[in-house]
Amino acid sequence: MSPELLIGIIITLVGASTPILFAALGELVAEKSGVLNLGVEGMMLVGAVICFAVTYNTGNPWLGILSAALASAAVSMIFAVLTLGLSANQVATGLALTIFGTGFSALFGRAYTGKPLALFKSVFPDALATHPLLRAVFGYSPLVYLSLAMVALVWWFLAKTRGGLILRAVGESDISAHSMGYSVIGVRYAAVAFGGAMAGIGGSCFPLMLTPQWVEGLTAGRGWIALALVVFGAWRPIRLLGGAYLFGLVMTIELYAKAGGGIAHVVPSQFWAALPYLATILVLVLISLRQSSNTSAPACLGKPFLPTN
Amino acid sequence: MDASRPFRLELTGITKRFPGVVANDHVSFSVKPGEIHALLGENGAGKSTLVKMIYGIMQPDGGEIGWDGQKVVMSNPKTARKLGIGMVFQHFSLFEAMTVLENIALGMDAKIPARELEAGIRKVMDEYGLVLDPHRVVSTLSVGERQRIEIVRALLLNPKLLIMDEPTSVLTPQEVEQLFGVLRKLAVEGCSILYISHKLHEIKALCHTATILRAGKLVDTCDPGEETSRSMAEKMIGASLKDIVRGEGRELGEAKFIVSDLSTGKLGHFDVAVEAVSFSVRAGEILGIAGVAGNGQNALLNALSGEILAHDASDVTLDGQPLGRLDTTGRRRHGLCAVPEERNGHAAIGDFSLAENTILTARDRMSMVVMGLINSGAARTYTGKVITEFAVKALGPAALAGSLSGGNLQKYIMGREILQRPSVLIVSQPTWGVDAGAAAAIHQALVDLAAEGSAIVVISQDLDELLALCDTMAVINNGRLSPSMPVGTVTVEEIGLLMGGVHGEKAAEDTHAVPA
Repeated sequence: MSPELLIGIIITLVGASTPILFAALGELVAEKSGVLNLGVEGMMLVGAVICFAVTYNTGNPWLGILSAALASAAVSMIFAVLTLGLSANQVATGLALTIFGTGFSALFGRAYTGKPLALFKSVFPDALATHPLLRAVFGYSPLVYLSLAMVALVWWFLAKTRGGLILRAVGESDISAHSMGYSVIGVRYAAVAFGGAMAGIGGSCFPLMLTPQWVEGLTAGRGWIALALVVFGAWRPIRLLGGAYLFGLVMTIELYAKAGGGIAHVVPSQFWAALPYLATILVLVLISLRQSSNTSAPACLGKPFLPTN
Repeated sequence: MDASRPFRLELTGITKRFPGVVANDHVSFSVKPGEIHALLGENGAGKSTLVKMIYGIMQPDGGEIGWDGQKVVMSNPKTARKLGIGMVFQHFSLFEAMTVLENIALGMDAKIPARELEAGIRKVMDEYGLVLDPHRVVSTLSVGERQRIEIVRALLLNPKLLIMDEPTSVLTPQEVEQLFGVLRKLAVEGCSILYISHKLHEIKALCHTATILRAGKLVDTCDPGEETSRSMAEKMIGASLKDIVRGEGRELGEAKFIVSDLSTGKLGHFDVAVEAVSFSVRAGEILGIAGVAGNGQNALLNALSGEILAHDASDVTLDGQPLGRLDTTGRRRHGLCAVPEERNGHAAIGDFSLAENTILTARDRMSMVVMGLINSGAARTYTGKVITEFAVKALGPAALAGSLSGGNLQKYIMGREILQRPSVLIVSQPTWGVDAGAAAAIHQALVDLAAEGSAIVVISQDLDELLALCDTMAVINNGRLSPSMPVGTVTVEEIGLLMGGVHGEKAAEDTHAVPA
């Protein structure tokens, strides 16, 4: 394997992983507080379409990312009001959020179908970003570096700060946290909003980094992979990072297999396209097989909290 | 009382209403500095609601709370803690997956660096002789150790009032003594203690004053030293207490239920398996199995009831019939019935009606199923009989099990099994959370069942209950069962030592101990 090919694979892999990494990090924080939001896919789509529209009209990708984060956080608040305020079922509400996000992005995105967008490329000097070896370090979109910074930030917040301790406590035992005087619902609102914003940024990776053209269903089910990734990463940010890049690798194999020759053509291309999703299922099965050793799942995940008790 | 010193805590006319009930009805009493004040009452008398209002978790609908002579509003637990109120909850408010240190940090309002906090914890532990490793994860700790976390957490705040909600229900007698030592030391230092319990001998041993609640109303404030346990119990239930009536000249028959060398594998992550358990129960005998929670009681009950099959059919025999390889249904057909500890979700299904719950365990013995079809009339009639004979407060056989209070559900479950007239009845915690009047009725029903020639095994953490009820006793510790001893030949201290595993307890403590 030539070094160019290897670097090419790494760059593609990191790019493919980044949207999932953002969305999964946000979902990890929400789940650590005890909220299971299955609306990640919907929130990513809303983020993607809002980012596309804002970037297309203003030409400023940073503004696009910010709008995407705000829009998805706003959409996640619909979920929060229903599940936290009105104690609706989290699974059903999350699924409804995905359906809503899919529909909203399709409707809102119609005006942009087929319109081109400039990729949000590396901000480093060309000399760094084009040199074959340095490209693997400096050749990425700013979103990639932002995602890595967020991994560190989320890890530090959860493990080292008092706020993170309270958030974990709320997800571990809502009744105990309440009896100690912590606002369970308040913490969960904040965690869901963060999850929404991160899904929005994850969504904005698609038009800015991967497919600079609006098509319906742009995120192609990556939100579901992000959800699986949280379980795969055992609710730990660092493991999540490893998991995201592993999934990125599987998706990259798909791309190279389609483009390459030889054995890749013996196997139908649909198989390669299905590979990331097959990997998701496989990972979930493997994890549930060794469930007993995996005690890091928040104990109150998905359970509604009624403060009167 | 020195007139110049105001009361530490003074409640005036505290009232709290819930839909359908008045949990506290104009309750007034006061606690002096350094006083250990007992709050006594049945389950549902309103003790927990009252202390939740003192601690700011709930707000009273009426009345006033005074603190060191000032009127205060406890708007939330933070306010209460700021004033110097600490609370140790009945159901520990701990986070299982977190370390001792993290749990304690969560109980602190100020942000304290982990290192300083750890130093503070070690200082408190030294001062009061409490042993804990701050870096252990709570899920790996025993119940006694968990309680110590709560106590250390409360003590770190230098409380002026410490509220203890049923602190001893899960402790061995030795652990109880240790706890009392800590509480007495605190009281001497001027900390007031509000001690909630329904264990009367403990209140006599520890408390200076006792306030008795019944159905949300204050019935008396008395000096426990001048009362007898019986007189306080009668004030609690508002009626005279019935003693267990045993038939005269009772003779125990042949060994009826024999368990030999019964072992289970490990059930789950935090469960203890039973190893090589052997005992026999004669017809008419009640065998009590004492032990601190989490020493294999669950595994033992499941192995006896048939939820876990024995390795060998002859490991469990009833009247010579090997039952070891039969499941619960098979064993019930042979006359072995069981009541597990967990009512909702194990002994009964909350979303099913009482009649449906009856069918689940009584269908074969009470012929409720004919040719595979349920005879729901028979189920309703039998359930109605259980409700009447055991004075279950329920709307009828169609009431959902989940709608019953814990005590009433327990009465229903006990009645459902006892009225099947089983040859062998295995019960775990028969009166846990049941009020004294109902507990007496359940005890009497067990004694009556034994008098008819059934063999009964009672697994309980309540030594008083076992001593009052049983003919013989054994102690389970870490999955192993001691030999059976006739009640009357053993002292509470001896049983307590067995419950702690005699040498085991000390060794276990040493491995957890940390250099101070």
